[in-house]
Amino acid sequence: MRSATGGELALEVVDLRRSFGERKALAGVSFQVRRGETFALLGPNGGGKTTLFRILATLLRPDGGSARVFGHPLSESPAEARRRLGVVFQQPGIDPKLTCLENLIHHGRLFGMRGAPLRGAAAAQLERFGLSARAGELAETLSGGMQRRLELAKALLPGPDLLLLDEPTAGLDPAARLDFGAELDRLRREQGTTVVLTTHLMEEAERCDQVGILNEGRLVALGSPAELKQSVGEQVILIRTDDPASLRERLRERLGWESLVLDGGLRVERPGAHALLPQVIEAFAEDVRSVTFGRPTLEDVFIRRTGRRFDASPGEGAA
Amino acid sequence: MSAFMLPALTLWQREVVRFLRQRSRIIGAFGQPLLFWLVLGSGFGRSFRYPGGDGAGGYTEYFYTGILAMVVLFTAIFSTFSVMDDRKQRFLQGVLAAPVPRPAIVLGQALGGTTLGLLQGVLLLAAAPLAGVPLSAVGALAAVAVMALMGFALTSLGLLFAWRIDSTQGLHSIMNLALLPLWLLSGAVFPAEGAHPLLALLMRINPLTYGVAALRRTLYLNRPEAVSGLPGLEVSLLVMVAFALVAFLAAVRTAERSAG
Repeated sequence: MRSATGGELALEVVDLRRSFGERKALAGVSFQVRRGETFALLGPNGGGKTTLFRILATLLRPDGGSARVFGHPLSESPAEARRRLGVVFQQPGIDPKLTCLENLIHHGRLFGMRGAPLRGAAAAQLERFGLSARAGELAETLSGGMQRRLELAKALLPGPDLLLLDEPTAGLDPAARLDFGAELDRLRREQGTTVVLTTHLMEEAERCDQVGILNEGRLVALGSPAELKQSVGEQVILIRTDDPASLRERLRERLGWESLVLDGGLRVERPGAHALLPQVIEAFAEDVRSVTFGRPTLEDVFIRRTGRRFDASPGEGAA
Repeated sequence: MSAFMLPALTLWQREVVRFLRQRSRIIGAFGQPLLFWLVLGSGFGRSFRYPGGDGAGGYTEYFYTGILAMVVLFTAIFSTFSVMDDRKQRFLQGVLAAPVPRPAIVLGQALGGTTLGLLQGVLLLAAAPLAGVPLSAVGALAAVAVMALMGFALTSLGLLFAWRIDSTQGLHSIMNLALLPLWLLSGAVFPAEGAHPLLALLMRINPLTYGVAALRRTLYLNRPEAVSGLPGLEVSLLVMVAFALVAFLAAVRTAERSAG
């Protein structure tokens, strides 16, 4: 794992736990993010992402475990951690009754910025996000994508070392989503900002350096997208059939293949399986309705680790 | 400027700017007290006589001070609703995740409510001659100071609830239940003398009574005999300062808890 190879730790989470009544939202989560990395917390809604995010944003205290931002423990010195953090919440946090510029100015002052340096930094952020022309307009007049950009400009204004994003593209149309992704790439390239984001979108997690898959309050997978996908196998074969249970038995007997019953079909992960496909089709021609062959995705990783489908629908936010 | 005052002042400024941008709020804020005063005051008219008053202005004159207090109170209530808005619109989340001490956040909010109350109070103060109140320059300045103190105390009290309750409806009912009676039983609407003994007792322990008394005393600086039955200015100010301090600290405590 790359996170074990050293380098300054931007975020260190150790055995973080949090319950709401009987429900364990986080049941002992540990991971590390090195400076300059982008880290995606991927998971279905209700998996614990939002709870984890709120703890990292210093808005919620964990029941147990610890989290450190550049070495500053959140529980003991939240102010120090807050100084290093830029947070973008899922729900818009800009003030609709203030202009774009005013939104930035007020935010900067909360971080102790003022005067000419603040004005300069605010103008630079607006410029960077293509909002200069709208600087004097009320934030409520901006489109959804633009509000999102203003949100990001606001979070970046004080120059955070670690940017926390909660479902950053939820509610955005595909074009705005792409824009946002490109913006994040640029940020990482040009400024080396460490980014931790939550998402339920595979594509979004796919472009990060490291991915942690969160399910029912636990990390079920942790590593780079490539590593994770490799752990599943090089190829994934989906066989549609009317009687998956019986076909599964016979596949095991005839070819020694292990498979997983899923949605009325069979899922096989096996290197070099494609070469054997003709055999399968020949042997079980009667039973097989269709065969799909592909490279594993992060969804396959999720299925493999949890035994169930990743069924979050796009655009849906976690409560 | 310190890491404490800069955030507090910026939140204060934002509160005022937001208010000035919402025309409906401005119209409501200035129109409502005038309407209230004219309708209620002239409704009771000169038929209302209160002990201690010389009767020259009748109820319109008596109620004028009460309306000044009401303006401050209602603005305090309104500004706590704006805190509720901030929570709903998630603006507050961003503030809470910033390295700002909680007391600075509450101070900014309390100053915001105080300022808005003062803006209206000062405008209404200009109508003093219409009410037959013999306002002097010194008296006017002193009245503004008293209103500021009153506004700070009442906004802090409102914030105490706003940080704890998370539904607008819930906040509404608490405000009606807690803050409105405070005003009704403060001598703003009717004097303690001649009231039922139980009411008189409640009025005596109501801290806002001393705010209204201080306000009357400053308005009648030239004619102290008209307000002779009220608590003295020094005592009243002392009670109000204590009230403001306690309410503010309680609001800070609530804010610090809810942030965890």
